[in-house]
Amino acid sequence: MTARRRIGYWMGFSVVLALLIAAPLVLPAFWRSFLTEILIWGLLAMSSDLLIGYTGMVSFGHSAFFGLGIYGAAAALLWTSPPNLWMAFLFGLVAAAAVAAFVAYFSTRLRDIYFAITTLIFSQIFYVIIFTWTELTGGENGLTFRRPALAVPGLFSVPFTSETLHWFVLAVVTLSYLVLRRITRSPFGMVLQSIRENEARTRAIGYPVERYKIVAVMLSGLFAGLAGVLYAIQNRFAAPDFVFFLVSGEVVIFNVMGGIGTLVGPIVGAAFFLLLREGFSRFFTEYYLIPVGLIFIAMVIFMPQGLLGFMRRSLNR
Amino acid sequence: MAIDQLLQAIPLDQLLIQTVNGIVAGMILALVASGLTLIFGIMDVVNFAHGELFMLGAYVGVIVLTATGNFWLALVVATLVIALLGAGIHVIALRPLLGRDPLTTILATFGISLVLQNYALWQFGPVARKIQEPFSGYFTLFYLDYPWYRLVIALLSAAIIGALWLFLKFGTYGIWIRATTQDRVMAQAMGIPVPQVLTAVFAIGAGMAAASGVLFGPLVGVNHAMGVDWVLKAFIVVVVGGMGNLGGSIAASIFISLLESYASIWVSPAQAVIFSFVVLILTLLFRPTGLFVPTPK
Amino acid sequence: MSDTPPQPLITVDDIHTYYGKSHILNGVSLEVGTGEVVGLLGRNGVGKSTTLKTIMGLVRPSRGRTLLEGCAITDFPAHRIARLGIGYVPEDRRIFRLLTVMENLRTGLDRRAVTEARKKELLDKVYAFFPMLAERRNQAGGTLSGGEQQMLAIARAMMLEPKIILLDEPTEGLMPRMVSQIRQIIDALHRDGVAILLVEQNVPLTLDASRRVYIMEKGAVRHHALASQLRVNDAVIHQYLGV
Repeated sequence: MTARRRIGYWMGFSVVLALLIAAPLVLPAFWRSFLTEILIWGLLAMSSDLLIGYTGMVSFGHSAFFGLGIYGAAAALLWTSPPNLWMAFLFGLVAAAAVAAFVAYFSTRLRDIYFAITTLIFSQIFYVIIFTWTELTGGENGLTFRRPALAVPGLFSVPFTSETLHWFVLAVVTLSYLVLRRITRSPFGMVLQSIRENEARTRAIGYPVERYKIVAVMLSGLFAGLAGVLYAIQNRFAAPDFVFFLVSGEVVIFNVMGGIGTLVGPIVGAAFFLLLREGFSRFFTEYYLIPVGLIFIAMVIFMPQGLLGFMRRSLNR
Repeated sequence: MAIDQLLQAIPLDQLLIQTVNGIVAGMILALVASGLTLIFGIMDVVNFAHGELFMLGAYVGVIVLTATGNFWLALVVATLVIALLGAGIHVIALRPLLGRDPLTTILATFGISLVLQNYALWQFGPVARKIQEPFSGYFTLFYLDYPWYRLVIALLSAAIIGALWLFLKFGTYGIWIRATTQDRVMAQAMGIPVPQVLTAVFAIGAGMAAASGVLFGPLVGVNHAMGVDWVLKAFIVVVVGGMGNLGGSIAASIFISLLESYASIWVSPAQAVIFSFVVLILTLLFRPTGLFVPTPK
Repeated sequence: MSDTPPQPLITVDDIHTYYGKSHILNGVSLEVGTGEVVGLLGRNGVGKSTTLKTIMGLVRPSRGRTLLEGCAITDFPAHRIARLGIGYVPEDRRIFRLLTVMENLRTGLDRRAVTEARKKELLDKVYAFFPMLAERRNQAGGTLSGGEQQMLAIARAMMLEPKIILLDEPTEGLMPRMVSQIRQIIDALHRDGVAILLVEQNVPLTLDASRRVYIMEKGAVRHHALASQLRVNDAVIHQYLGV
């Protein structure tokens, strides 16, 4: 990156961040939590971009990591009294990481559509377990719990307001973005991209491709779990629906809509999808997926680079 | 001693009933999966919308049955209507993706499945519809009255698959289809209209899904989400049987269905699914070309 | 050059073809007359096979035209070009390995325009040409030897009743006995009035079988002569092919 582009990038970054910080002060309550939700889904989509966009593996199983993040956080919030924010993070991330390690070990031996199908089937295994293990998970009804307070032990403890929750989520998502961006630009990230371009050659040069893929899936699952924890804190609710493969499908949709391999794109895609859903459900009520699905199909065919890639190209023209 | 106890713990009569159940379910699954495997093996298209074609077929069956009262007419009409729909889907959404990464077809068909499923919900509502079986009648299987209709479904599924096999083996179009599978470019150079062949294959697969939807309708009732379970199961079967291998898919269908039937003696049917998941994962890890394929082609 | 017939069967007019960013064909022009055997010579990688693929519609040129009997076929899909009467025998033969010999032939034979009687006639003719194929008609194509697969590839192209066959290195990797058999097949097709565009590495065979010869270098035709002239003057051959 040239110096000028770098300055331009950080200026853009600061402007967007400032807007997102200021947003809850001007937005009405509904749109405030809507924006928070976009950030959370955006984080989930971004985590999956590490696989889809950077390593060339389409995961149809991100709902498992996300869902385990939610249920892990739920467990912590139900068991600790008063509910503890940091225990929620610990439990959610450990649960997601454990599942990610398990899935990563098996699924990375497969490629392309086989990887996609395997991750899908794995997420369904966790769905069935959560759905049928009623005593522990509440089964179909899910679990409800209280929101923890924003607290640093020994220093302060205040209940979340919708503003502070938004800023808290924004801080976590921004940090995650910076970490993921660093990862994709590190030597490790370069190896992932070379796996995407040519797996056989990367192996021939002497990189242990399988090990890199396992780490990639685990990292991706960890950030998906983080999104799950944030979601649990925002919505105070865990349900098996979040583990169902349709959620994984939506995550892939976010990526394709926004533009894969850009990290920012998936967030844009999540925002676009949620706005479409919001807009269309006013006219089509719960059938909003009919127009949204049609738009998605059209984008797969005509706009394979997604919104971000499309904007970039029209700007360059 | 321990073996003795184990043997006594297995209820023989239940085992036999579940064998029959498993074979019946396996034949329907084979009908769904052979359409999927045809599309997969020939076109490299992972058809996520296959379950929705199954479901829409069942709905068309409901409509025709309500209008005419004739089950067999409903079966034929549903098959034809959904085959046409499949051709339309292929021409509009999949032909433009020819030559791109096969993964893009997963995305497109996933979008299609969302649209079709929600269309069905919108059009037909959330309440399940019932298809009346064309004849009732039971025979006694131990302490159960076992419906003849279930056996008829199994036979009919076998007959449809048999017809597909004959068509592929001897028909001109069948030869075109097999030539296209093996070498798309050379098939074109021999004057085979490959784009039309691909559309026809998709239409045939869709029609078979619709037929199984109508046949299966009387057993469970028809609703907008009924396709989801089937498409997942059919994926498992297609992978376990070996991608694009018709015989393998049929064997795998029966194998998986028997396994789930036996498992559901001890655990709930919802949990029995996990057994087939495990079979799939083991297959992928140890025999990625499929359990029923002797050597990769 | 006055040797080209007035109404050529195939005309390739200044085609440019790219694979990705690499420029493979850089303005290729050539003609084949009705019933004429024409050779196309050149070292490896000069674009001979790509020229055939472009005529066949398997590769799209970015510029230039291909014509069959004066009609532009540049934008036609490959299957239509095949049905118009251009048979294609690719370099690696590309037999449908899991189809039987008979089924391989049927891929070209089962056309609506062909009556049952005509089908039988065509098959009989091919079986007379290649008795081996008749013996093995129910054997899978993949089980045939290399030479037999070459015969099948040619026979399969003949099923289209083509006006011209594009033959890409038919003798590559074959035993000398098979090579002379290929030579006889070319002559027999020629007697039948089928034109042939022959891409070969085997220079003597090409000069012997063809009436005219084009020599390609770096994606373009560099030389064009009657085969009879080249047979007595091999300086040109030396210059372009180094043999």
